[in-house]
This record gives sequence, C-alpha cells and structure tokens, in this order.
Amino acid sequence: MIEIKDLHKSYKTGNNSLHVLKGINFNVAEGELVSIMGSSGSGKSTLLNILGMLDEADSGTYTLDGVPIKNLNEKIAARYRNKFLGFIFQSFNLINYKTALDNVALPLYYQGMKRKERIERAMAYLDKVGLSPWAQHHPNELSGGQKQRVAIARALASDPKVLLADEPTGALDTKTSYEVMDLIQKINEEGRTILIVTHEHDIAEMTKRIVNLKDGVIIDDKKVDQVKALQYV
Amino acid sequence: MFSRDNWDEILEALSANWFRTILTAFGVLWGIFILVILLAAGKGLENGVKQGFGGMATNSMFMWTQVTSKPYKGLPKGRRYNFKIDDVAAIKREVPNMRFVSPRNQLGGFGGGNNVVRGLNTGAFNVYGDYPEIIQQEPMDITSGRFLNYSDINDKRKVAVIGDGVRTVLYKQGEEVLGTYIKINGVNFMVIGTYKKKGNNGNSEENQKQIYVPFTAFSQAFNQGNNVGWMAITAQDGSSITELKGEVLDVIKSRHSIHPEDDRAVGNFDLYEEYNKINGLFVALKSVAYFVGILVLLSGIIGISNIMLIVVKERTNEIGVRRALGATPWAIRGQILMESIFLTIISGMAGIVLATGVIALVNQALSGMDTSEMMFLNPSVDLGVVMVALGILVISGLLAGLIPAQNAIKVKPVDALRTE
Repeated sequence: MIEIKDLHKSYKTGNNSLHVLKGINFNVAEGELVSIMGSSGSGKSTLLNILGMLDEADSGTYTLDGVPIKNLNEKIAARYRNKFLGFIFQSFNLINYKTALDNVALPLYYQGMKRKERIERAMAYLDKVGLSPWAQHHPNELSGGQKQRVAIARALASDPKVLLADEPTGALDTKTSYEVMDLIQKINEEGRTILIVTHEHDIAEMTKRIVNLKDGVIIDDKKVDQVKALQYV
Repeated sequence: MFSRDNWDEILEALSANWFRTILTAFGVLWGIFILVILLAAGKGLENGVKQGFGGMATNSMFMWTQVTSKPYKGLPKGRRYNFKIDDVAAIKREVPNMRFVSPRNQLGGFGGGNNVVRGLNTGAFNVYGDYPEIIQQEPMDITSGRFLNYSDINDKRKVAVIGDGVRTVLYKQGEEVLGTYIKINGVNFMVIGTYKKKGNNGNSEENQKQIYVPFTAFSQAFNQGNNVGWMAITAQDGSSITELKGEVLDVIKSRHSIHPEDDRAVGNFDLYEEYNKINGLFVALKSVAYFVGILVLLSGIIGISNIMLIVVKERTNEIGVRRALGATPWAIRGQILMESIFLTIISGMAGIVLATGVIALVNQALSGMDTSEMMFLNPSVDLGVVMVALGILVISGLLAGLIPAQNAIKVKPVDALRTE
C-alpha cells in the first residue's frame, strides 16, 4: 500500500539546515495498523506529513497504492489527498461553525458529490462512530471523545485507502483514548490501512506493528501482539 | 459556481460573526450611498437648470442688425441696414442643415408705453410678428384656441395669440377671450388663442405678457415693408449651430455689402454655446460626484479587504483542514473571493436601496412645492448609473478579495494545520 525508499527531508531555518529525515525505508501492506513512535524531534510528524502529501520530501520515492507521489502541484495533491487519505488530528480540527454532519460531509463536498447523497453517506459514517443523535450539534457542544469520533467519521467519509492519525489520543483522557482506539481497531479489522503517530506506549501496544524513529532514522520495526482496547473500556 | 452548497458555505462563513460582517458591510453601503446621492443631486440640479431653458430649441441662435464698423465697397462705416424678408430664403438656400429660420418683428419692449387697448383696459406688451414655426423654437402651451398657422400668414389675417399675463390685464376673470378684439397701436386684431410659457430664466412673468400675430399681418399693419427685425435660427439635430453660425453671417454680410471681417455689424447670441457651457458644468459636476463617490467607496472596499485578511488569518487552521480534506487552491480562493464579492454586492445593494429611498422621499417633498423657481427638480439616477455602480461593486469585491484569497493559499497546508 505504502512504499517509501530512501526518504530525506531537511528544513532550512536561516543559515542552518536541519536534517530531519535521514533515509527512511518503510513499507506498509494493506490492512496494517502501524504506529510510528519516537520522541519529539525524531521526525515522526514530518514523516506523517509527507505521507499525507501535506509536505514534500527532498529526495527518495514514495508510492501510494501503486501511484508514484512526486512533483505534485497543489491541485493534484488536493485530489490525491481527497481520494487516498483520511486525516485524524490531535486537536480534532473540526470546523466550528458547521454541524457534526456537515463536518463529516466536507470531504464529499470537495469530491463534488450531490448534496443529498453526501448527507446520506455522512450520516451513515456518523452512525458508524455512534454519533448519529448528535448529527446537528456543533463541535463546541461535543465532548473531546465525541469530537474525535466525528473527526474519524470525516476521515472515513471519502472512503480513503489509508487513515493517517497524528496523536489521535493526545488531547484525550485515558478512558476516552481507549474508546477511540477501540473504534480505530474496529475500523482496521474491516480491512483499512491505518497509520498512527504517537508517543504513548499503551496506545502503540494497541496497534499491530510499531516503528521506532530516532533522529530521522528507523531504529526498530517490529510486529507486536495487539492489545485489544475493548478490555479497558 | 452558484450551487446551493456554495451559498451555504458563504452564508455560514459570513454569519459566523454577524456583528463584524455588518460593520464591514457598512463601509461599502456608505460609499455607494454617497455615490448615488451625489449623482442624484447633480441630476436634480441639472434638471432644475435645464428647466430654465423651458424646452427651448437649444440648438439655436438669434441675430439682429447693428451698425457697420468698417467701410466697404464705397459705403461708409457707421451705416445702418435692415434684414430683408429675402434674407430668410437666402439663408435657407445657402446654408445646409437649417431646421428653422424664423424672421421676427417686434413692437414694444422693456419699459415701452401702453400699446394695447381693449375697451377701458390698456397695457404695455411685447407684440411679435411671427411665423408658425416659432412655437417649436420657443415652446409654449396653448391653453385655449390655437396658435398661428400658414393660412394666417398667407391671408395676412389680423389675428393674435395672447399670453396669460395679457389676458389678466385686459380681461375680467372668466371672461371669454377667443373671438374678441384687441387694439394694437390702433389696429384691431382678433384673439384666436392663449398661451402659457414654461421656463424660469428670471423673466417668466414677462414671458406671459406677449402677443403673437402673423408676420405678414404685422408687416402690413405696422408699415414694416420687407424689413425683418431679427431672426431666430435653429439648426437640425446633429449639426451644431455654433459651427454653422459663420456661414449664416457670411450670407448676410454679402447680401448687405458688409465688410467680411466686420464682426460688429451683425449682432448675435448663440444659445447653443451657452447651453453647452452649462452642459459642461454638469459634466464636471458629475465627474466630481463619481470621483468623490468612488473614493468613499474605495475606503469601504479597503475595509472589506482588511476584514477579509483578518478572516483569512483567523481561519488559517480551517483552511489547512479543508486542504487536507481535498480542497483545491481554487476552491479556497474561490470561496474567499465569493465571500468578498457577496458581501460587497449585498451591502452595495442595501446602499443603493437606501439612497433611492432617500431620493424618493426628497422627490415626494419636492412634488408638493412649486419647483419652477427652485433650480432643483426631480433628483434621480437612471438605471444605467445603477448598473455602473453594481459593476463597480462586483469589480471592487473581486479586488477586495484578491489579496486575502492569495494569502489564504500562500500558507502551506502543513503550516496552516499547525496554527491553532
């Protein structure tokens, strides 16, 4: 699903060049649930941004579902993001003046889907995350866990190949974190590929594979026995 | 582009902060309000002043004889001469594009003695010997009876059309006027019509105290022979009398042995030139109105641009999210532009509506008054101006949104998402 070869990325700040990713080789097969761990500054967010086409690598190749991702202009990048990827953010990043339902429907809007169909699909995904009674609520009327569920529903709405989650439980308490992880595990069991960036070990243990990043290189890449989040809920 | 979803997006974004949206809109509203009011006021003044011309054929000149100032062909300077009735035909023949060439004779005048008698009543009035065309050069409303016609001219009928002012002096109120006789300088004329003139060029009172009789009857009754006192000449629409004036004067000069360079021998007044001067004044007035109005509007637009910049700044994160979800740069840009144009047009429309409301009120107030002396009449803007204003609004909305829209997509999605 994801193939990365010899990926390099550096940031220029003034005269200093900060080499963040120093040659990453990394493959993800379809249906995997991978967590990327590392201390802050290890380059895990940068890696995720490159995977999410929000940022571009300096060198190396990146193939997503057989499509080489390089030299994208913003228009094509936008289309690929819409088609291939679903994002889940630490701070939810819901649009405050839209209802939960409209938030979920937003990726479909950018696909150019008709309003009625869009609302139906969005409603189905809200139902999937158990929030259909809250469809007409605005984000500020929802709890943190509910917001993250809406965000997950939104990420799923465009039926992407890969879900990218950047510290999805970072802003949640432990109990809510496990609930969200339970949801993510369920989605993964339906066959969807999911990448999670986190620095919490208990969260990482709930994935099927842990990739450890340190100073821009992968130091460890191992499969783990998945801990079911459901038992803590 | 104009789907319901688009409108929903725009309305949602704008209604997210009502108070700010309204304050912003007010700048543009005020600008367009000022523009429309200024234009309408200018139009009102123009209407009022042009009313002063009383619908006169403005493409006209008047010409009378003076004393020659140069000797020519053995004739001395200081010589008097008269226009002859043949001059009229000569002008019509030799100068192209003449609409009317009306010879006129006149009795009485400013401060003249009593010259008209009816029974025991007497009065001092201007008496004109005229051709029927004069009513098209100096419009008047015939309030009863009829004006002169060519039968009167050909038969030299001693008939007269009198002004309202004449009627009030010579007749009792409600007395039948038509068919009665008045005595002008001892000669009886039958009254066949009454008139009332429009216009307010300072002597509207005097304008109603005139008597029109057929030119031929006038010449005969008052011993004018072939002499013509003065002429009122109107050129055809599309050619200017100011340009034809020289030719007219040349014809007269050659027919009366006047030195071609004698500028004083033929007195004339070019109404068209005066009219054009006034017209020029209103063009200038209109430019000032546009200038001031558009500048005020510009400050409103800068306000909108400014607010849109702040809005974009505030929504950087949202824009980042939208882009992560698959919004193309043009979708983002388009939305900011549409918001800006929408805001501009709505507030502009409100301004136009407000301004036309005020104009309507002013018109209503004016309609109760006699405006003939007011130099201000029917302030209005025509649809064309409103269309121009709307055009300006759309363009300015576009301009106002351009920089903010560019700003919105200048931030990379990854940076936009990092903004909290």
